[in-house]
Amino acid sequence: MDYFLKLLLSGTAKGSIYALIALGYTMVYGIIKLINFAHGEIYMIGAFVALLVGGTLQSAGVNPAVILVVSTLAAVFFAAAYGLTMEKIAYKPLRTAPRLSVLISAIGMSMFLQNLVLLSQTEKYLSFPSFLPEFLFLKPIRGYINSTQFIILIITSIVMVLLTLLIKFTLIGKAMRATSQDREMAQLVGININSVITVTFIIGSATAAIGGILICSYMGQINYYIGFIAGIKAFVAAVLGGIGSIPGAVLGSFVLGWTESLGTGYISSDYEDSFAFIILILILTVKPSGILGRKENQKV
Amino acid sequence: MSMLKLENVETFYGNIKALNSVNIAIDEGEIITLIGANGAGKSTTLMSVCGIVHPKRGHVYFQDQDITHYEPEKIVSLGISQVPEGRRIFPQLTVLENLDMGAFLRKDKKNIKNDFDEIFTLFPRLAERRTQQGGTLSGGEQQMLAISRALVAKPKLLLLDEPSLGLAPIIVHQIFEIIARINRDNGTTIFLVEQNANMALKIAHRGYVLQNGVIKIHDTAKNLLANEEVRKAYLGV
Repeated sequence: MDYFLKLLLSGTAKGSIYALIALGYTMVYGIIKLINFAHGEIYMIGAFVALLVGGTLQSAGVNPAVILVVSTLAAVFFAAAYGLTMEKIAYKPLRTAPRLSVLISAIGMSMFLQNLVLLSQTEKYLSFPSFLPEFLFLKPIRGYINSTQFIILIITSIVMVLLTLLIKFTLIGKAMRATSQDREMAQLVGININSVITVTFIIGSATAAIGGILICSYMGQINYYIGFIAGIKAFVAAVLGGIGSIPGAVLGSFVLGWTESLGTGYISSDYEDSFAFIILILILTVKPSGILGRKENQKV
Repeated sequence: MSMLKLENVETFYGNIKALNSVNIAIDEGEIITLIGANGAGKSTTLMSVCGIVHPKRGHVYFQDQDITHYEPEKIVSLGISQVPEGRRIFPQLTVLENLDMGAFLRKDKKNIKNDFDEIFTLFPRLAERRTQQGGTLSGGEQQMLAISRALVAKPKLLLLDEPSLGLAPIIVHQIFEIIARINRDNGTTIFLVEQNANMALKIAHRGYVLQNGVIKIHDTAKNLLANEEVRKAYLGV
């Protein structure tokens, strides 16, 4: 039971990071019906920026709390800028093109960004210093949850609550939902589709960057290729929950996190990465619309 | 004063010409109806006005301003709102949120609340269902919501596309009464596209008959109701 609880908690921490990335996938899909395969790269870039800024500040001997805040802000800012630019360069010109063209553009963007970081940084694994503080009050239950996992849970909860509030209650949030439900009608009430898409990319990229920092602090290392596998897993989580659905993405991420964690704990850690793909195959054959997804038919 | 003017408008879908040199002129305060069979190009005419499709040739003028190539949000901000065919309620948004979207471009946020209250006195059914999702409303309620959503934008020109479609006759009567009232009380100019030519011509001042993308006849509503050709083709007499 102890072992199970431990696995469940580490699965929850993992799942909440997947959720931060999956949210970007699902939001972009909801609005422009595009699987943005370059989304994982945005997450990787966010983590790299945090490493560069954090590392520089650390060697200058700055207070860890300041490092954490400044590097997170820098990562969020850069990731949002990359997301925004990516949309303008790779997707906006293809707004009326067939969906397959945009998908290919996304894959191209993903490769380009990977190679950009490979060339400008390094192909080696770099160690990612943990900027996250240690909490003394967690000492008695350290066997179950460590400080990093605890912080991951807290931060993802905060981000999700803020995002939910934004989407539910603000005018731009309502406009985002309206646009995903009926794009042409959204235009007819005067919503500027391009601004909605821009905002979506900025929010998705920012949450991905936060996910990037958290998971790199958790894993302790970083490389230009981490975006690929994390991106695929978050994609699986989004599909599992029902792509286009925000609660679905969160739910799917937790299910994936738990499956991975329990699977590695009880079966074998060799298969850690394959659980995601097993889930993907299962969901696509059994219920392609996902757990909370809707079938795409409309009432006329 | 001229409210809307379409001048030799030609709109294409790919290579297919949907509108062929369409000329329509609407004055301020009028109710104009455009009647025609399925596929005649009625909805295309409205979408060409709203900037969802842009005419390849010809011009659209709104209050003497050339809006032919404006983006949809710009056109809405000038004062043109459309109630599209099939109502197009945002199904997972509540009634109130649907109205919020109608008021998306309004700057005078303070007055919006009053306008919502006015809408709710006009349509008490919507008031009862204000927190319900749009997709769960009945067809008639959805039509009322679609009209309300267009009205909260405070349009000078209201475009309606087949508001009677798929509704029970008694609801259709109500809807047409409301349309006439909007025109009478608010002075809103109305451009009404209908297959139900009989109902439309009864509330309209003038009418245009569209056939295969071409305007065949235009006359006063009274004359059109008496016109032999129109009676045979569109009034089923």
